[in-house]
Amino acid sequence: MIKLANLLLSAGLMCCLAMVTPVQAHLEGNTPPPSCQLTHLDGKSAENWEALKGEVIYVDFWASWCPPCVKSFPFMRQLMRDFEDKGLKVIAINLDENVEDAKGFLAKHPANFPVLLDASKQCAQDFGVIAMPSTYLIDKRGLVRHIHRGFRAGEAGELRILIEQLLIEKI
Amino acid sequence: MLSLMMAMKITRFAVIFILLLIIFALAGCVQVAPWERGNLAKPHMALDPHPLQSAVQAHNYGSREAAASTNSAGGGGGCGCF
Repeated sequence: MIKLANLLLSAGLMCCLAMVTPVQAHLEGNTPPPSCQLTHLDGKSAENWEALKGEVIYVDFWASWCPPCVKSFPFMRQLMRDFEDKGLKVIAINLDENVEDAKGFLAKHPANFPVLLDASKQCAQDFGVIAMPSTYLIDKRGLVRHIHRGFRAGEAGELRILIEQLLIEKI
Repeated sequence: MLSLMMAMKITRFAVIFILLLIIFALAGCVQVAPWERGNLAKPHMALDPHPLQSAVQAHNYGSREAAASTNSAGGGGGCGCF
C-alpha cells in the first residue's frame, strides 16, 4: 500500500518536473539577439537585427494592459529626441493578443519610434521575456549587452547612462 | 473478517483515488507567459475588484452593527463617521 502510494507520488512529482520549462539561455553579455519574424502595424515584415548593425538598439517588449509600459513610453520618446541623431534606435515590440488593443494604446500614447508586432510570440520566447516590459540593449557590434526587466521611474537615469556609454563605444 | 477486508479495500481505493486526483490537479498547473496575462491583468480579475467600495461597505456594516468595525483603524463604533 505504502509502496503504491510512494510510486504514485513520485509519478506525480515527475509530471510536475516535466512541466517546468527549461531555463532560457542567458542572453546578457556577448550574445547576438535571436533573429525574429516581426511585422509593422500595417502588416509589412520588418528587417532583421543584422540590418541595424552599427547602431545601438533599444528593444522594448510591451503590452497595452501593462501599467509600467505606460510610464516607459514617455521615456522612450525622450530617448528618441535626445539620442536618435547619435545613433540610437528604439524599437518597441508589441505582445498584445489583440492588435486593436495595441492600436488603442498608441492612439493615447503616441510613439515616435517604430512599433512592431510579434504575432506568433516566437520572438519574445526566443528572447526569454519573463517580465513586462522587458528591455534589451543591443550594442553597435550587434550583441545584447544589457537586459532590463520592468520599468520604474527611478530606473530611467540608470538606463540613460547605459545607453550613453554604448553610444560612445567604437566598433 | 470479511467486513475488515472490505474496509481495507475501500480505504485502498480511496487513497488511490485521492492521489490520482492530486496528480491530475497538479497537471493543471502551467506557466503563464507574460504576454498571456492580458486578461489576468484586467481590474475586474483582481481578488477585490472594487477596494474602495468594499472598504466603505465594511465601514457601514461595522457602524450599523455598533461594534468595532472590521477596519477598526478607520473609525467604527456606531456613529459611522469617517
